[in-house]
Amino acid sequence: MFPIRQARFLAPEIKLFKIEAPRIARRRQAGQFVIVRIHEHGERIPLTIADSDVDQGTITIVVQGIGKTTKLLNMLETGDAIQDVVGPLGEPSEVDQFGTVVVIGGGVGTAIAFPTAVAMKQAGNRVLSIIGAKSKELLILEDEMRATSDELFIMTDDGSAGTHGFVTQKLEDLIQQGEQIDRVLAIGPIPMMQAVANVTRPHNIKTIVSLNPIMVDGTGMCGGCRVTVGSQTRFACVDGPEFDAHDVDFKILAQRNTLYHSSEQTAFESFVSDPSKDIDQIRHCRLQQRHPEVGPQAS
Amino acid sequence: MTERLPPKERTKIPRQAMPEQDPHERAHNFAEVNRGLEILVAEKEAQRCLACNDPKCVHGCPVGVKIREFVDLVIEGEYLKAAAKIREDNVLPAVTGRVCPQENQCEGSCILGKRFSPLAIGHLERFVADYEQATGQVGLPERAPATGKKVAIVGSGPAGLSCAGDLVLKGHDVTVFEALHEIGGVLVYGIPEFRLPKEIVRNEVDNLRKMGVDFQTNVVIGKTVTIDELFDEEGYDAVFIATGAGLPKFMNLPGEHLGGVYSANEFLTRVNLMKAYDPDHYDSPIYYCRDRNVAVIGGGNTAMDSIRSALRLGAKNAYIIYRRGEEEMPARREEVHHARDEGVQFLNLHNPVEFLGNDDGYLTAVKLIKMELGPEDESGRRSPIPIESSEFDLPLDVAIIAIGTGANPLVQSTTPDVKTNKWGYIVADDQTLRTTKRGVFAGGDIVSGSATVILAMGAGRTAARSIHEYLTTGEW
Ligand SMILES: Cc1cc2nc3c(=O)[nH]c(=O)nc-3n(C[C@H](O)[C@H](O)[C@H](O)COP(=O)(O)OP(=O)(O)OC[C@H]3O[C@@H](n4cnc5c(N)ncnc54)[C@H](O)[C@@H]3O)c2cc1C
Ligand SMILES: Cc1cc2nc3c(=O)[nH]c(=O)nc-3n(C[C@H](O)[C@H](O)[C@H](O)COP(=O)(O)OP(=O)(O)OC[C@H]3O[C@@H](n4cnc5c(N)ncnc54)[C@H](O)[C@@H]3O)c2cc1C
Ligand code: SF4
Ligand code: SF4
Ligand code: FES
Repeated sequence: MFPIRQARFLAPEIKLFKIEAPRIARRRQAGQFVIVRIHEHGERIPLTIADSDVDQGTITIVVQGIGKTTKLLNMLETGDAIQDVVGPLGEPSEVDQFGTVVVIGGGVGTAIAFPTAVAMKQAGNRVLSIIGAKSKELLILEDEMRATSDELFIMTDDGSAGTHGFVTQKLEDLIQQGEQIDRVLAIGPIPMMQAVANVTRPHNIKTIVSLNPIMVDGTGMCGGCRVTVGSQTRFACVDGPEFDAHDVDFKILAQRNTLYHSSEQTAFESFVSDPSKDIDQIRHCRLQQRHPEVGPQAS
Repeated sequence: MTERLPPKERTKIPRQAMPEQDPHERAHNFAEVNRGLEILVAEKEAQRCLACNDPKCVHGCPVGVKIREFVDLVIEGEYLKAAAKIREDNVLPAVTGRVCPQENQCEGSCILGKRFSPLAIGHLERFVADYEQATGQVGLPERAPATGKKVAIVGSGPAGLSCAGDLVLKGHDVTVFEALHEIGGVLVYGIPEFRLPKEIVRNEVDNLRKMGVDFQTNVVIGKTVTIDELFDEEGYDAVFIATGAGLPKFMNLPGEHLGGVYSANEFLTRVNLMKAYDPDHYDSPIYYCRDRNVAVIGGGNTAMDSIRSALRLGAKNAYIIYRRGEEEMPARREEVHHARDEGVQFLNLHNPVEFLGNDDGYLTAVKLIKMELGPEDESGRRSPIPIESSEFDLPLDVAIIAIGTGANPLVQSTTPDVKTNKWGYIVADDQTLRTTKRGVFAGGDIVSGSATVILAMGAGRTAARSIHEYLTTGEW
């Protein structure tokens, strides 16, 4: 069991958790993720490690509730526990002194980009960050991103905060202004990452994206997370999740992500109509936490 | 206690059949196909054994189970003693009795097979192991006094489990690290419930726990901790790498990215480990098989397990596509027969050349080419050759690729001083299973390539002996 030490909403449907997982906290690097399974009957889903605290032995994850598992996760509170957390998985972000790095985060992608932005800053880069969301209340980690960036730009679809428009508009502005950009890191919804790739391609700016295919084991064992990059098949969980945006086949990625739509929908509807089945599972987890002899111990 | 029959009488008894669930019924459920022998039937079968002076069967068993002796104990009605006799050489009898390819091993060497049918050794092994479990009187051996030495075992498949069992009895402090959330390796994520109920694996794991083995799930060695850290920071004195050969192979054919194309590993993991067949109680989805056309490419156990799972998920047409003939299929005979009885259609001497899909990215058909058998290749089997212009399209919604697996590189890539061969398997000494790194041993599929449960268990035992020797002498 992995106890939740802290849980708070950052925005509607976006929640931050600090989870006790000392081994993972010690080893994780920017860009890596964990796979969690909330309870005995749950599925395994990947979540990026947004931050960690080696002394406290905790990792931070930021979760956007979009379907059954993430919404259930977001119902958990401090003192609850998660059945399984495994990691750190994936290759760390490539961090070096590149010069000027533009970090783009869309929606919950900001939380995924955040640790790499920090690492890029520490490596001596000039970090320009662009974060976007549908509206003001959906913006997350604004203060944290500001603290780690030389400049921070905010974009909202409805203009309720920052500039009205998409993150790509800001990126184009920067390029037009003659900003010498050495690298772009873009993390967010698939259409956003694809749009960023299209903006930087004609300018030959190296652009990295973090892909989010459907995963099961996260260790290279199932091949479910395969993505097409430069006409080659790669496993995002072990070869990625970060790849060169100009080589990624975004269409295949988007199609593969819809594979289970109908079962996800069914699971979601039955969960919403009666969440008690799952809540009972978690209560059982709590019981296990107080009486570790009835379940496997945290490692 | 029953009298032994004279030899003439023994050979008159026909091989006793294993009762099975009706094929039409079982094709729609995940309950075990084989029901197990009744006591009287088991006894009758045991009577067939000729009690050879030089029992050939024992040579056929990779771990040398004392077959004649345990069969004697069955005849005497001493089932618990029979189970204990098997346990001297094989710590997972309820598993091997079910999944060993007996026709190539113990039964393949039984003298009875020359003129009659071989003794049903696997069925008898399963019988005594199940009897032992049912009585709850598993004779757990005594543990030697604590040695204070710590051993880490990486991977909880049959190799890791058997090594853990032996070492804990020698008094060492044993921890098994497993990447997944459940213990058992292929026994839990690969082989389906209808062939090996998970309850059986869980019981065996519980026995090991009672003997003192510590299990830690959700630890990926090479990611969560490295081998070097196990030695330097966590104080382990020896490490046994038993990570299996779990990397799926794809065929690099056009259309392999299409929705509905799976590796057998993913398909079976979703079905077995994540219980996708029980969507009312578990959340992991599986691509819809009900009333669809499903094909598996391959002819091994993995292929049979995948297609029979698809059938149970409601497939309308379930095909095996295999590039050689049925004779050449590496799967256990019993599985091939079971699959056929359940309604699986065999497209032998066929090979896929392309997966075809629609605009939304879903599989719609596979383009197949017919094959014929040419001369023998280096594997000693006749090699399949494509017949020109024989291509045709088979409508298909789900395709499962089961053409073999390779070595997972996670451990090796972070432990460069453990030498690997050109395919990525770990190089270990035949006799001692020592790797090129001091204190590190390796065995099972990660050394041999995909093999069998009993060979992996045998490797675990060899490693245990060798690790014990290293820990007591300190010599490398
Ligand atoms: C490497 C990686 C890192 C990620 N990091 C974060 C993060 O930090 N925060 C965050 O909120 N989300 C993150 N995600 C996405 C997150 O895993 C999905 O949102 C989550 O799995 C959805 O599950 P659900 O049951 O709530 O929704 P569902 O209704 O089941 O699915 C909604 C959509 O989520 C995707 N999805 C479903 N199951 C999986 C799965 N097992 N693996 C991956 N994707 C799946 C599919 O595109 C699906 O259509 C990450 C994904 C990847 C691959
Ligand atoms: C579908 C299928 C059906 C089969 N049917 C039969 C059969 O009927 N009869 C038969 O004899 N054989 C059969 N086999 C083969 C047999 O299962 C294997 O030969 C045997 O399981 C190998 O055992 P192992 O202990 O070496 O590895 P595995 O059983 O593969 O176990 C390895 C374990 O190590 C874990 N692991 C991997 N990397 C790491 C890491 N870095 N850190 C921590 N843990 C890690 C894995 O998650 C896994 O649990 C079948 C195989 C498959 C796939
Ligand atoms: S372990 Fe396997 S090969 Fe050996 S006797 Fe038992 S069933 Fe036969
Ligand atoms: S070879 Fe066959 S008949 Fe002879 S002892 Fe073994 S099982 Fe019995
Ligand atoms: S998630 Fe299974 S191989 Fe990547």
